[in-house]
Amino acid sequence: MNQTAAFSQRAFNQALKKYYGIYTGGFLAFIVLLAIAEQIGMSRRAIGLAFLFATIGLYAMIGILSRTAEVAEYYVAGRRVPAFFNGMATAADWMSAASFIAMAGTLFLSGYDGLAFIMGWTGGYVLVAVFLAPYLRKFGQFTIPDFLGARYGGNLVRTLGVISAILVSFVYVVAQIYGVGLITSRFTGLEFGIGVFVGLAGILVCSFLGGMRAVTWTQVAQYIILIIAYLIPVIWLGVKHTSNPIPHLSYGYVMQKLAEVEKKIAADPKEAEVRKLAKARSDAAAEALKNPEKAYADGKAALEKRLADLRAANAPAAEIEAAEKALAAYPPNVEEAKKRWTADRGLAPHAAALRPHAEAFPGANEEARDVARRNFLGIVLCMMFGTAALPHILMRYYTTPSVREARKSVFWTLFFICLLYWSAPTLAVLAKYDVYSNIVGLKHADIPGWLAAWRAVDPDLIRFVDINGDGVLQLAEMRIGGDLIVLMTPELAGLPYVVSGLVAAGGLAAALSTADGLLLTIANALSHDVYYKMIDPHASTKRRVTVAKTLLLLVALLAAWVTSYKPGHILFLVGAAFSLAMSAFFPALVLGVFWKRANKWGAAAGIVAGLGVCIYYMVTTYPWLREVFGITKPVAEYMWFKMQPISAGVFGMPVGFITMIVVSLLTPKPEQEVQDFVESVRYPQLAGAIDTRGT
Amino acid sequence: MAVQLTEKHREYWRKNLAVTAVLMVIWFVFTFVQGWFARELNQITFFGWPLSFYLSAQGSLIVYVLIIWYYARYMNRLDHEYGVAEEEEK
Repeated sequence: MNQTAAFSQRAFNQALKKYYGIYTGGFLAFIVLLAIAEQIGMSRRAIGLAFLFATIGLYAMIGILSRTAEVAEYYVAGRRVPAFFNGMATAADWMSAASFIAMAGTLFLSGYDGLAFIMGWTGGYVLVAVFLAPYLRKFGQFTIPDFLGARYGGNLVRTLGVISAILVSFVYVVAQIYGVGLITSRFTGLEFGIGVFVGLAGILVCSFLGGMRAVTWTQVAQYIILIIAYLIPVIWLGVKHTSNPIPHLSYGYVMQKLAEVEKKIAADPKEAEVRKLAKARSDAAAEALKNPEKAYADGKAALEKRLADLRAANAPAAEIEAAEKALAAYPPNVEEAKKRWTADRGLAPHAAALRPHAEAFPGANEEARDVARRNFLGIVLCMMFGTAALPHILMRYYTTPSVREARKSVFWTLFFICLLYWSAPTLAVLAKYDVYSNIVGLKHADIPGWLAAWRAVDPDLIRFVDINGDGVLQLAEMRIGGDLIVLMTPELAGLPYVVSGLVAAGGLAAALSTADGLLLTIANALSHDVYYKMIDPHASTKRRVTVAKTLLLLVALLAAWVTSYKPGHILFLVGAAFSLAMSAFFPALVLGVFWKRANKWGAAAGIVAGLGVCIYYMVTTYPWLREVFGITKPVAEYMWFKMQPISAGVFGMPVGFITMIVVSLLTPKPEQEVQDFVESVRYPQLAGAIDTRGT
Repeated sequence: MAVQLTEKHREYWRKNLAVTAVLMVIWFVFTFVQGWFARELNQITFFGWPLSFYLSAQGSLIVYVLIIWYYARYMNRLDHEYGVAEEEEK
């Protein structure tokens, strides 16, 4: 390109830095204003609503300013997003409600084993950087099925790509809209269903008018909000426990202190007593629930007999009175008793022994530890290769101005992601130390009000039962839901409620930005690959954009409709998306660049075989899917190497690779044209090469 | 119009493959090898952290960022050296 283009790109970059600088300052000023308002007496609900509407309003404004009817602007933001900003946008695209809200909680609850997600969701970018991003950018079209279509020729592989992209992205987008509904309802008291539609509106204002262009610039804005929201409480808690504003550097010492506290708790006889009681009560309840009528009659008869015996033996009045009380407290009917037993059965988790935070792969014996290790590494592998095969992430690298910028952009992406991913394990350790040393051991009556308030918001978040009746809170008497950790950190750190509102806005930003990228992926696969490339290749650009916008609206409504049913197993489905993506896409994309001999039949067979094995393994081993498909044979017969169903990609991807290689070798090698195509994507600039870039 | 690859082009690609392979080995060691030996490595203390915990929570992530940074720098220079850099970028 010429001088003016290079100059305008630089000017554009400068302007972006200025605008986002002003934006960040403005947002911080907004937080300060709300903090002052809180001191004056603004209610919590009003603060929650202010954050909700202010941020969605901001996104809407960016969305409207970025409206466009041009194809290249709509699909790939005009291909002029600088590496730095594409890095931020991709980071927001990548980090979902799960990263923002759930991850620190997972680490809090499962210690070392939770780190599989930290490594998996970052190390995947190494694969993106060296195997995919620069080559996809050089190819320079619009979607991931586009690449498959061009590399392997014909519509067969493209169609398989479209199906896989939609399969992977749809389950993921439902989870994001679910997250939006949850956050909105928790912080504003709106109903879940209304929360979903507020979220839907938030998503559509970002993407509907401007496609990728609007999504890119709102994602940058969303990244800024989510990272501020995540870091403020972590820094505060860090100052409290390490007197260091960057606790990431020194929380190793807090871990040592945590290990001490864990030892003390593990040795506490009161804790052992609670666990024993919880086990006895839940076992008895489970037994009773097997035959409730008989258990009810037996239990009542036993109490009546005891009372009669005591009376007959002329026992002291106090004993008789106690027996009368016990009989009076006995449930009046079987239904009541069932309710009590069900509650008691729910105590089972309280019987679990404490696991040291730093211990890797705990297990009763060597074999159990080996299985735990295998599954840990299996999850790491699947999350990494899945990351490198998710279409909504890969397509972001089409938006940089050049191959050179695409490479730099992966670096910025991972850097911005790591700002949060370095903080999550830090937060988990700090919060755990705080809870174990400051909350455990309190009198039940002295449990802080804000903690009890979370219970009112959602009983899954926190529960405490005085199991042994001593009035003191033992660790085993408390159950913490993973989501609580991030939500409660501001209060744990002693920050005003305005920071809690900020955290909610951050979670919302994380969920909205990911949902936007995913919706765009689905709608673009339909409008670009199916409509334009297969149905009507002569469609005018105006018509293409109109079709794309219409499909986006329809897909969004469909996703919100599915979400409103509150589908269970959503977390499994999100994990499953990674395994599905790596099995379907990774072999075809990577061999497409690195192996000229790969051909159409190999790619098609590889996608089908990889995806097939992956789905088969999940269907036969995941309880809910087994139920859906009516599989009754014991699960052990289907398990391979005792791998969990979430890591099905461990089998799917190698099968995909092998099938693709074998079938390619058995069928004729691709034409010269395809080989030239491969050369053209390997070199950022190659004289005489075919130009694959899209317009 | 067939692509005419010179020996120089082939060398560029070989260098790309070589750097990719080396970086993947580093990536593998900091991910799977250290993960495999986590129980053993955790016996070692590193600024308060058990070593494998530190790597999985922070150290390996730093290595990933550095790998990507190095790859981008190396390849962007290689492009110029071998005359395959895009012309419009400054």
